[in-house]
Parts: sequence; C-alpha cells; structure tokens
Amino acid sequence: MYLSSVMSRQLKEIVIKNIFFLFALVSIFILGLIIVFLFREGVPIFKVVSVKDFIFGNEWYPTYDPPDFGIWPLIVGSIIVTLFASLIAVPLGILSAIYISEIAPPLMKEILKPVIELLAGLPSVVLGFFGMVVIAPFLQETFDLPTGLNIVNVSILLAIMAVPTISSISEDALYSVPREFKEASYALGATKFETIVKVIVPAALSGISTAVMLGMARAIGETMVVLMVAGGAAAIPESIFDSVRPMPASIAAEMGEAPFRSDHYHALFAIGVVLFFMTLFFNLIADYISTKFKEVGTATL
Amino acid sequence: MSTIQMISEEEVIRSPSHRKAISNMKWRYLKQNLFLGVVRLSALIIAVSLGGFLFYIFVNGIGAISWDFLTLPPRDSMTKGGIMPAILGTFYLTTGAIIIALPLGVLSAVYLSEYAKQGPVVRIIRIGVNCLAGVPSIVFGLFGLGLFVVFLQFGSCILSGALTLGFLILPTIIGASEEALKAVPQTFREASLALGVSRWQTIFRIVLPNALPGILTGSILGVGRAAGETAPIMFTAAAFFTAKLPASIFDEVMALPYHIYVLATAGTHIEQTRPIQYGTALVLIALVLGIDLIAIIIRSYMRKKKGW
Repeated sequence: MYLSSVMSRQLKEIVIKNIFFLFALVSIFILGLIIVFLFREGVPIFKVVSVKDFIFGNEWYPTYDPPDFGIWPLIVGSIIVTLFASLIAVPLGILSAIYISEIAPPLMKEILKPVIELLAGLPSVVLGFFGMVVIAPFLQETFDLPTGLNIVNVSILLAIMAVPTISSISEDALYSVPREFKEASYALGATKFETIVKVIVPAALSGISTAVMLGMARAIGETMVVLMVAGGAAAIPESIFDSVRPMPASIAAEMGEAPFRSDHYHALFAIGVVLFFMTLFFNLIADYISTKFKEVGTATL
Repeated sequence: MSTIQMISEEEVIRSPSHRKAISNMKWRYLKQNLFLGVVRLSALIIAVSLGGFLFYIFVNGIGAISWDFLTLPPRDSMTKGGIMPAILGTFYLTTGAIIIALPLGVLSAVYLSEYAKQGPVVRIIRIGVNCLAGVPSIVFGLFGLGLFVVFLQFGSCILSGALTLGFLILPTIIGASEEALKAVPQTFREASLALGVSRWQTIFRIVLPNALPGILTGSILGVGRAAGETAPIMFTAAAFFTAKLPASIFDEVMALPYHIYVLATAGTHIEQTRPIQYGTALVLIALVLGIDLIAIIIRSYMRKKKGW
C-alpha cells in the first residue's frame, strides 16, 4: 500500500514535470511555426525569380508588367538606417548606462531608470507620427529639401527606439562588474574616469556588445517608423537626405494591395524570410557573445 | 656610506618631477571632468527627448479630447466624431493577447525556474525565447496572416490579432515570470519540501502565490506593449473603419495604433483630421505609458516592502 502510494506520487511528479516541460517548449514551437509559415507563403516566389536575383536584384517594381522582384535596394535601405541609428544610439545608450550605473546620485537613478523604461514603451506608431509632423517639416525647412521623410529622420527615431535596449542591458552589465575591480583601481590611484574607461567598461564589454547587437536588431526590425518617415523610395540612396524603403516598410505598405497569393504577395513573405533571418542572426550573435564571454566574477580569479 | 641628503618642502614643490606630477594630475582630472560632462549630457538628452515628445503630443492632443471624442464613433468619413470603436478594439485585442500569453508564459517560466537543470535542452529553450523576443513585429504580422488568417481561415478578426499579439508578448511574460519566481527565497521551497509536501504542490501552493504579484506587474508591461503595436495587427485584425461594433471574436475591429497610422498617411483628409490624429496619439500614449507607469510604481513599491 505504502509503496504503491509512493510510486504513484512519484509518477504524478514526473507527469507534472513533463507537462511543464511541454509548455517550456512553446517558444521554440512558435519560432518553428513562424519559419514554416513564412516559407510556405514566401517560397513560391522563387519559381518566378531566382534567389540570387531576388536578393541582389536592383529593381523593385512588383506591380509593373512584367514585374521586377529585386530587393537589394530594400536591404540596403534597412542596413543604412540601422547603421545611422546606431551611430546615435550606441554612444547615447552606453554613456547613459555609465551615468546610471556609476555616476548618478540615487535620486537621479530613480528618475532615469523609469524614463528609459517608458521610452522603451512608446508606441512606434506615435513616434512615426511625430517624425511626420515635427521632424520632417523641420528638416525640410532647415536644409531646404524636397521632403523631410528621409534617412536622417528615420535614423533619429530608430535611435530613440534602440537607446532603451542598449542602455538597460549595458547598465546590467556594468552593474554586475565586481566591486573589487573598482576598489583595486581606486587603490592604485586611478581617477574615476580612468577606472570607468580602463577597468569597468572592459570588464562589462561582453554585456555591452550584446546590448548593441540587440539594439541594432530592434532597429532593423522596426516597422511603423520606417513605414511612416522613410519616404518610401525603393532605390539605393546617394545622400543622407534621400528617401529609402527599408524591408519592413515595403511589407507593411504593400501587403494591403497585393492580391492574395499573387507573385507580389509571395515576394513580400520572402522579404519577411530575409528580415527574419537577419534579426535571428543578430540575436544569435548577441546570445553567443553573452554566453561565450561571460564576465569573470571574483570567484574565477 | 652614503649620506642622507635633507631637502626642504619648498625644494620638493619646486622640483621638476613634482611639477610634472601636478600638471599630469590636472590633466587627468580635466579629462575626467570632460567625460563626466559628456556622460551627464547623454542622460539629459534622453530625458529631454522623452519629456519634449510627451509635452508636444500632450499640448497638441489635449484640445481634441472630450467626452464625446472618447465615447462616440467616427462620422463624416472619419473627419469628425470620436474614437470609441478604436479604444474598444484595442481593449479586446490586448485582453485577448494577455489571456493567451499569460498561462503559456507562466507555465513555461515555472519549468525554466523550478525544474530545469543546466544542459543543452534548457540552453536551446532559452535561445528560443531570446530569438522569439527578437522577431520583428512585421514578421509576426506576416506569420499571423499566414497561419491564422489564411491557413486556419479565421480571417482578419479579433481572434487572429489577439493570437498574434499574444505570441509577440510571450517572451516578455516568460522573462517577467521567471524573474518573479527566482525572487521567491529558496528557504520557502525547502521549508515546504521538508514538511513532506511534493514538488508540484510546493510550486502551486508556495512558490506561485508568492511570485504572483511580480508575475502580474511584469505582465502589465506586456499589456502595454500589445496595446501599442501596429504592425502585427495590420493584416490580422485591424480595420480602417467598421460601421458596427464587433459582435464576436471573428469580427474585424478598429484599433488605436492603426487608426493613427491610417489617418496620418492615407486618404484625402490628412490635414483636416490632424486634431483627431493628435487626440488619438494622446489617448494611445496615455494608455500605454499609464499602464507601464502603474507597473513600474507597483514594482518599486513591492521591492521596498518585501522583507525577503
């Protein structure tokens, strides 16, 4: 009797554990579903155009007759706005993280951390709207441009969206640098600046790199901002005041008018596949950096 | 035998090496002050951009806000009237998303926090959660279109949109729940196990109840995220205009973010409907940041209150 009750109890334990395990797999399962359905709707385009011509083709005229399905200008558009956004967001994000983690008095910390969290929560459509009604006219008048919907405008807004990611993850990394490192540096007579730049930041570098990667992934995948303020020109830009049409903007703008299961529709899904794998790549690098170069704690010294 | 040479303090101060040390010191502190200035400036830029942005939307949007704006449907081809259907639609979509994501996320987090041992399987699950968190919102939109709208033939409706948004916020919920579960002291579990309580009963009776407030606040942040997203619902749920309020989960809905997008970019009345656009933007911002702020305040209150 006793034995069987112990047995059934253990059995129950195992069953419940495995149920939880199944739920833990749900993220992987969804990720798999995303891949399956992107491919299912995207792959048919490659009966019409080769993978090489699709990715490196310079002409994106999906509604012409005959249509052109070359997404190179869209890829370039995505990369350019992401790089320019990073030029703003990376210094701003890391420096603000240093401020919060190392310099700010407790009260400023209490204020700034929620500020950054709220910034992360801003709906992108409202940022895009702001770009249209405020930044675009400003750029247009100041630089005497035909349109204010251009790379500069998008980059500023994407930077605002990437800063919270970069700042909060960098701050975690800086914060977890062992206290002893700082103390040893101060004891050797280093100034605060020297300690931060030569000791704390290098020790937190893997976390900071992860932060930058995730921030860039956020920028490259952001849709509403690029849809509303990038201007939408599907051509390789020549100046920072040119319009571009990053990948997410193309998908969002054209899906509504693409006839169901037409070549255009399949092509848009195929852009989704490219975009998905680009961000996946950024995320995997971020993950690799953060696990491979885990900060050395005192215990390992 | 060498003799010790006595030098006066004055001689030390005038010596070249001392002077060099002093000027070196000045240079080092100058660098430090420059650096501190730049760092403070960057924090200031962030705070001012958020503040300026919110102020601008508030000043321009507050004029449009009235009781009628919040409670009436749009009329005269959306150039007048209110945004009630959009508010309601966002409410339905967000509620649906959290109903889907909360149980999945919590159960998933329980495994990761309570059962999982370090190993390749757990490692893969974690990478999966991180990658899911990084999937662009427009890709979620495509996925929702391909799976729910087309394959499962739900059509563009509340259910499709809520499922898509639910999957989108799942990593947020998992992260928040895991953090909350980890914050429950190990001694709580040990005390329960020592009394002969089984593992799963310990989880359901001791760990989860203690982690619940943390899980809920984390989930509130997920709600805020879902309410503000546009791209995932563009092809799966959102309608430009609906004459009637949705009667079931298989109806299309209007939604606040999509409403802003449509009014600001499409149609012939873009300039004419600016006040409505600002008003809707203000309502959405107030909603999303209000939700976030509540979560942040509860969290910091709980952190201070908690003894363990």
